[in-house]
Amino acid sequence: MTIVKTTYNRRSFLQTTVLAGGGMMLGFSWLASCNPTPEEVLNMPKEWFNINGFLKIGENGVVTIMSPNPEIGQNVKTSMPMIIAEELDVDWKNVVVEQAPLNTDIFTRQLAGGSQSIRQGWQSLRMAGATARHMLREAAAQQWQVPVAEITTAMGVVYHEKSGKSVGYGEVASAAAKIPVPEEVQLKDAKDFKIIGTSRKNVDGNKIVTGQPLFGLDYRREGMLIAMIAHPPAFGMKLKSVDDSAAKAMPGIKDVFTVNIYNEGYEKQWSDTTAFEELVVVVGNTTWEVMNAKKALRIEWERTSAAENTEGYMAKMAALTAKPATQLRKDGNPEAAFKSAAKVIERTYTAPFLPHNTMEPMNFFAHVTADKAELVGPIQTPEFMEKTVAARLGLPLEKIDIQMTRQGGGFGRRLYGHFVVEAAVISQKMNAPIKLVYTREDDMTQGVYRPAYHVTYRAALDANNKLIGFHIRGGGIQDSPVHADRFPAGAIDNYLAEDWTLDSNISTGAWRAPGSNFIAGAEQSFLDEVAEAMGKDPIAFRLELFDRAMKNPVGKNNDYEAARYAGVLELVREKSGWGKNDPAGVHRGVSAYYCHNSYVAQVIDMVLENGKPVIQKVHCAVDCGIVVNPDAATNLVEGGIVDGIGHALYSTLTFKDGAAEQSNFDKYRLIRHSEAPKAIEVHFVNNGIDPTGLGEPLNPPIIGALANAMYKATGKRVYDQPFLAGGQILG
Amino acid sequence: MAIFNLNINGKKQQVDVDPATPILWVLRDHLNLVGTKYGCGIAQCGTCTILVGDIAMRSCMLPVSQIGNQAITTIEGLSEDGDHPVQKAWLEHDVPQCGYCQAGQIMNAVALLKANPKPSDEEIDGAMNGNICRCGTYVRIKAAIKAAV
Repeated sequence: MTIVKTTYNRRSFLQTTVLAGGGMMLGFSWLASCNPTPEEVLNMPKEWFNINGFLKIGENGVVTIMSPNPEIGQNVKTSMPMIIAEELDVDWKNVVVEQAPLNTDIFTRQLAGGSQSIRQGWQSLRMAGATARHMLREAAAQQWQVPVAEITTAMGVVYHEKSGKSVGYGEVASAAAKIPVPEEVQLKDAKDFKIIGTSRKNVDGNKIVTGQPLFGLDYRREGMLIAMIAHPPAFGMKLKSVDDSAAKAMPGIKDVFTVNIYNEGYEKQWSDTTAFEELVVVVGNTTWEVMNAKKALRIEWERTSAAENTEGYMAKMAALTAKPATQLRKDGNPEAAFKSAAKVIERTYTAPFLPHNTMEPMNFFAHVTADKAELVGPIQTPEFMEKTVAARLGLPLEKIDIQMTRQGGGFGRRLYGHFVVEAAVISQKMNAPIKLVYTREDDMTQGVYRPAYHVTYRAALDANNKLIGFHIRGGGIQDSPVHADRFPAGAIDNYLAEDWTLDSNISTGAWRAPGSNFIAGAEQSFLDEVAEAMGKDPIAFRLELFDRAMKNPVGKNNDYEAARYAGVLELVREKSGWGKNDPAGVHRGVSAYYCHNSYVAQVIDMVLENGKPVIQKVHCAVDCGIVVNPDAATNLVEGGIVDGIGHALYSTLTFKDGAAEQSNFDKYRLIRHSEAPKAIEVHFVNNGIDPTGLGEPLNPPIIGALANAMYKATGKRVYDQPFLAGGQILG
Repeated sequence: MAIFNLNINGKKQQVDVDPATPILWVLRDHLNLVGTKYGCGIAQCGTCTILVGDIAMRSCMLPVSQIGNQAITTIEGLSEDGDHPVQKAWLEHDVPQCGYCQAGQIMNAVALLKANPKPSDEEIDGAMNGNICRCGTYVRIKAAIKAAV
């Protein structure tokens, strides 16, 4: 039995309000209750937490649970309310879920990022439900004049067994709203869970399959105009002059003008990342009219910094990896180990820039008047953007109202909300409600990209083929993918990790599992090659390293639990029949990785058909602790695997003269139906540990399993993503 | 500008628009049928798929002037209560993640099943390959199509 105190910041934790129409509403501050570690606070924005929400119970027993976090497809709009409903002890059928508004007066932070929603929300969401349940019990106890300890609940009904009395939550909610918030509440034992651990359908499923308005692009308001932006055609360019005479004369066009999205001297926050601040805007009645008018603009641009190209930055990155870089971690004496080595294996891995390509392009609705701004749309960082918009418009924070729609994908792109500010500035200028719409070309060529990366791994083997030294040196465009304290740090006596970063005028940022989305594939390919050189089975080799890290870890601050790491690898070995029941004629690759607090191991079964890799099956073991919503979690696992395979095989954004060479899906490749694995089998470790997230941990390791299976299929190792850039025929 | 009389989801609709306007934007901006989504504008991602007669078409490159009197069905018109077999199969398999591409996936699947009620895996791949899902729900989409009867 877990008892949690609700006392550590009582004033901000719970506010009980009796609603006008009866019923009970709880508002709570999640920052006070989620107990973040100081390290996590300091590392903002890499870790994001601090959730907000509230619930209300109607007279009829229907419970509305506000889902605090942005929904980008990770299914938190279903799974977070499930956690509240569990502790509240209601029938899920009677729960209505609504997207919570951004309200920093009542709530703290609402953010989608870092796979942290469930992990950071777990305790707070449970406490919210449990607190409400306690107050309902207390109210019934007072009504019936019996001790509260004798009161039980089930499925939205309060019971007093001795007297045989019972009352629905709805009937006692009004009285419960007047009960003081308890000092502490009791949480359920995991064995008593009735909702957590059971599969519940997406709460927006029906609206999605019937095409009801849900997304930012679907939003409309009476009198709303459509706005589009002409950006510079390449990075390192800015506006010189614009001839808008033709565009302005076109039907349906209201205005064409130039805006600066930040005030002079404005100090950008991390979420303000964008390469272009001075923009040409076209505003008109309808999307088609504005699209056409934008094409009719005659704009002169001028270069302000270097015109980068793919060959150039690849060469610069290679030069940086070739020389000593910033030392991040050193264990033992790696120099001596490599000097004395009988054999050194050295391999270099690269990956290109990637756009996010959310299926719903960037967009936002804004209605700015003299004294307030109303903003509606898809954004992963509403609280951060509220601050930026307030600063830009010169309005106080409380006059900025941001509402979150369902988001047609996030993947990190909507952490960077320049488009929210753009919409606000355009609305202000037009003195009208507007919806800013990016075309796919705008979206793909003006991105905040996954950085291009470059890393070299070296392994030292002694005369007995023992691994005695390990060296990693790498970096990327404005971001390093090297996580020095992650595996295999801690498992090898002599270890050195170094990194560098390279500046660029191309804007880069977080992209589904930042850094890990490259380094996991490189590391897991390299370990496969090292195991082969040592004559060891790749799973057995990794398990030996984990065993070392468990029993006699090297160094400090190892950022993983070796036992859980080994656990997923052992599980996938068992479930795939690795080494025992390997399917005939099938080429297998394995990998394991830990990031964003969850452990994943995967085996790919590949065959070649007409020179193309066909993935017959992916076996996947996941340790994310308690699985809140198993079928939805499985969906997310499947999706991460498909996404990871697709980007590693096919996707690349190259640059010429500072401009992206792929601007739409005719040239840019995303994985398609026929290229997805034929089957994906998912196994969750059942260990009762508090849950962690699934949005990001799945796509990084699959790249390694893929590369290792391709090697088995072709006899050739692959080092440079995308592995099938040129549509190669394999085998 | 010109007046077009359209038959959309069994209803007569009149719009006065530039004849080159893709039917996607007529649906979304003029008729407030926003279930049909914009994804690429060049008929490469399938997000905007609608039915023209029984045929799946990309609405983002289909000018309104070419529709004539052909019946158009959008996701909103697929069923009265969301109970078309394909919609039900999508719910049963809890297919969507972000959900943005799913209207296009569903409309394409409906056209496939009208032409071929029992498609093989290869036939599903062939028919669905033009519909991109960045979330990677392909495995579930295939299962839902096979279950939709």
